[in-house]
Amino acid sequence: MSKISISEIEKVAKLSRIEIEAESIDSLAQEFSSILEFVETIQNAKTEGIEPTSQVTGLNDVWREDRVVNSQTSSKELLASAPEVLDGYVKVKKVL
Amino acid sequence: MKDLNYLTIPKAHELLKSKKLTSEELVKFYINKIKKLNPKIKAVISLEDKSALIKAKEVDAKIASGVEIGILEGIPYTAKEMFMTKGVKTTAASKILENYEAPYSATAIEKLENAGAIMIAKVNQDEFAHGGSTENSAYHPTHNPWDLDRVPGGSSGGSAAAVAADFGIFSLGTDTGGSIRQPAAYCGVTGLKPSYGAVSRYGVISMASSFDCIGPIARSAEDANIVFEAINGIDAKDSTTVTYKYEKMPKSIDAIYYEVGNVVDSIKNQKIEDLKISDVKSIEDLGITEEALAAYYILVPSEISSNLERYDGIRYGNSSQDASNLSETYFKTRGEFFGPEVKRRNLIGAYALSAGYYDAYYKKAMQVRTLIKNRVNEILEKYDVILMPTTIEPAFKIGSKSDPIEMYKTDILTVFVNLAGVPSVSIPFGLDESTGMPMGLQIIGKQGDDNKILEIAKKIQDKTEYHEKVGEIKI
Repeated sequence: MSKISISEIEKVAKLSRIEIEAESIDSLAQEFSSILEFVETIQNAKTEGIEPTSQVTGLNDVWREDRVVNSQTSSKELLASAPEVLDGYVKVKKVL
Repeated sequence: MKDLNYLTIPKAHELLKSKKLTSEELVKFYINKIKKLNPKIKAVISLEDKSALIKAKEVDAKIASGVEIGILEGIPYTAKEMFMTKGVKTTAASKILENYEAPYSATAIEKLENAGAIMIAKVNQDEFAHGGSTENSAYHPTHNPWDLDRVPGGSSGGSAAAVAADFGIFSLGTDTGGSIRQPAAYCGVTGLKPSYGAVSRYGVISMASSFDCIGPIARSAEDANIVFEAINGIDAKDSTTVTYKYEKMPKSIDAIYYEVGNVVDSIKNQKIEDLKISDVKSIEDLGITEEALAAYYILVPSEISSNLERYDGIRYGNSSQDASNLSETYFKTRGEFFGPEVKRRNLIGAYALSAGYYDAYYKKAMQVRTLIKNRVNEILEKYDVILMPTTIEPAFKIGSKSDPIEMYKTDILTVFVNLAGVPSVSIPFGLDESTGMPMGLQIIGKQGDDNKILEIAKKIQDKTEYHEKVGEIKI
């Protein structure tokens, strides 16, 4: 019995903007369920009153001088990476 | 002809400096070796022979003119596909970046270039570093030079295999949960995961930003240290870099050894000057490895799902040809060009971060991270270093771990180190009796103790010969 339903898989795939082929949804749901079961171990940890850690160096508010630093990379070089370009702009498909 | 096989950095440097060898000869030696053996090992994604030979000639001209060269000048190396290298293909071993040429180089690559090291090839890995065997590469698996039927480990499997197969003197890898140390252990070479923030991540393709570390895979701790010295340091382009005060090692090092069965157990009987193992405990006593792995597989996919949003089929990389509007560009591009493990991790991450599950998974895992960090720091208050095996078993057969969780478990002894952000070096420490494959010993220190753990590793390597053993490549 799968812990995760097909519709939940479809929902997270939609959130992730990833098209999933219909024939792979079942196996994905099973793998997904066993991964969730596996990570469930953390629920045993006693974490009441424990602060969460999102970074390990303790650095905060790293400032730099408020001064323009020119990029060593030209916009032409950066645009060269885009699949479609028109008149110096990245071209996208119509939104609707 | 001199024997150039398995040179270390100081040996190659000495040969170059004394004009017994030219950098061009050295580069050609590795290129020939790669051409001959890579069809079996498949560590290399792209060979950069032309640019390497040009740079080698520049170094040779410098030597000929009587200018003293630095330790890394003219030294050939390879880099994992995660590193952006200007004008060279940078694929992250993914189809989505199949034809991507980086417009600039990573800071670590630039630093090595400034030091005169010569990149000869980009090497294979698991796609976006998601994996522990290099089987998740979208191109081809890499074979372990010690036994071609086995994996080299991962995700920096191409790097470890390249060093073990003698395709260059060292390699650059990345380690998010063990991706430098585990393949180094599986391939019988030395791998350093530095303290988090010691080496700039700028220009390295992001996996999980609060975990990702960059480090060398090399033939010895001494070589790893030379590379680490060259690449570490604060970088204005990565605000998470830290200036650690690298202090000299105290006269005598006090270690705790965590036993895992009898893996690399012979460390207990070694007499290493200045290294005292004052406690031996079972790995269960450490008590955090399983929780660490579970927390890791919540936090890392969460960061992945956020970091990999950038592959949108618009700004760079491949784009689906079947899309008719913007939304379809996203869905179809990512559906078509991401591999199965990359999709799984994106989905798991999106799930863990989504409304209703955030507290139960993501927040809880961040709290567990605090507990793990505290536990590691508590042990490292009492002892200078932690010694333990890098993996519980040697490199496994290609295709033998098809279940994702079985694959995740290969990092059971390494991920807690990344959760805590401390440095760890894996050194070869003997062969597994039943398979004859190499096993690794991990030396873990406090944050900023990178040079100390490397110094201990060197002391061990000065007294032992494990790191000098090489796998005979059977072709």
